[in-house]
Amino acid sequence: MAPGAHAATASRSTGHALWVRIAHGIVTASVLTLVFSGVEILMVHPRLYWGEVGNDLTPAWIELPISRNYKHGGWSTPVPFFDNPAGPVSASTSYRIFNHNAWGRSLHFLAAWGMLLPGAAYLLIGIFGGHIRRHVWPRSRELAARRILRDVVDHIYFRIPAAAGGPHYGVLQKTSYVLVIFVAAPMMLLSGLTMAPAFTGAFPFLLDVFGGYQSARTIHFLTFVSLTLFVCVHVAMVIASGFRRQIRGMTVGE
Amino acid sequence: MGGLITRRRALLAGLGAVGGLALTRDWSDMPPTYGNILRMGDDLTYAAFRMLPRQRLVKEYTLADISSMPAHGIIDAAAADRTQRVEEYGRLLDGGFTEWRLSVEGRVATPKTFSLDELKRLPSRTQITRHVCEEGWSAIAQWTGVPLRTVLETAGILATAKAVVLYSYDDWVMSIDLADALHPQTLLAYGMNSRALPVPHGAPVRLRLETQLGQRSLKYLQRIVVKDEFDDGGANGDLQNGWAWYMGI
Repeated sequence: MAPGAHAATASRSTGHALWVRIAHGIVTASVLTLVFSGVEILMVHPRLYWGEVGNDLTPAWIELPISRNYKHGGWSTPVPFFDNPAGPVSASTSYRIFNHNAWGRSLHFLAAWGMLLPGAAYLLIGIFGGHIRRHVWPRSRELAARRILRDVVDHIYFRIPAAAGGPHYGVLQKTSYVLVIFVAAPMMLLSGLTMAPAFTGAFPFLLDVFGGYQSARTIHFLTFVSLTLFVCVHVAMVIASGFRRQIRGMTVGE
Repeated sequence: MGGLITRRRALLAGLGAVGGLALTRDWSDMPPTYGNILRMGDDLTYAAFRMLPRQRLVKEYTLADISSMPAHGIIDAAAADRTQRVEEYGRLLDGGFTEWRLSVEGRVATPKTFSLDELKRLPSRTQITRHVCEEGWSAIAQWTGVPLRTVLETAGILATAKAVVLYSYDDWVMSIDLADALHPQTLLAYGMNSRALPVPHGAPVRLRLETQLGQRSLKYLQRIVVKDEFDDGGANGDLQNGWAWYMGI
């Protein structure tokens, strides 16, 4: 491609490519479903732990006040498993908790597949078709301290230029996309799979990578929080940079 | 630009090949949730997980890792609305389970019944594993029992068999495929933390299915039926109670 050709295409193209728009649509629907079903699943046991073990009879790292299970009352008198009364105990529940996981879990995994398959296609087309290199990955000259600083200052003073409704991204924008695509999304998938007994049965090393089942669950939650913050900023920036134009660019593509 | 098109063509050819593979696959071994839109993700997960390396052992822990463990879904032989089977369980419990028998029937060469002592005389396995509840909590405990595989082989499981259906005294029915049933860590456990299995945790014998969620480690075992097809368990199975059939995730 001639050096000038890229600039010419960039100024001509206003919307996003069709495959980007399709992937964005499916991923948006999947993310909303994952958040909805994920919060429901968390409500059934809103306690987070580190390591391999965590349950109502062990201390939590944090308890989220998001359902009546937060109060987790109603246990029989604990019975020690061993002679040591301070050792591990067994106690029986006598309290019916909020649990809509029967459909929540299946919906979560269905949405996860809806994220994984288009996500994988996006990555393959994006990497081998050059979209990532051309539009998403920050160029070395953009990573100069002065340019990053200017972009940071622009964001602080909320100087948001009107967008063309297509790919022409700032350096902070590119960096956040790279973090989402190459760090947060794989982290979400792997920490999720580390909670699957059949998957860690085949690949037990994942438990060591995350520091245990409960650590994987907590990291899954913390990554969800970061991704939700990203989505909030993403939507705020879409609104600030010309909502109608941006939505047109990502839907009908003009 | 030529290179780009070639790459795209190669990509399309690759996707086509994967699609072709999926179409020529034998779908008759799909779980009973096959065709249900909500469970589509679970079916995909099941198909994908069955392509993973099999018969690897799940992580085992040390005695020092053993933790407290809550008990959910406890049988109540004194409940006013108890079924006949729960009432029978109460009688067996009162008799110290000496009258308890586990029946192994269906597609086996010689249907058998085992008393608790007969099960204990079979070669045993002790493992310290993590129990993971679908709710999100986990616990580590030591389990002692006879591998389900040993019991099925003793009864002479037939070559056509595809599913093992388990019935419990608290009226649950569930079926698992042979990959899980024959897994070396799938136990009929009668011991927990070096003692007899306590009632809240499934006495006298419960299943330990380490490759699926804790809910599928059925307590209070009563009967095992080997079948040539999957069984959704009807009104007492997971499906009609809203759960997925496969819980390896």
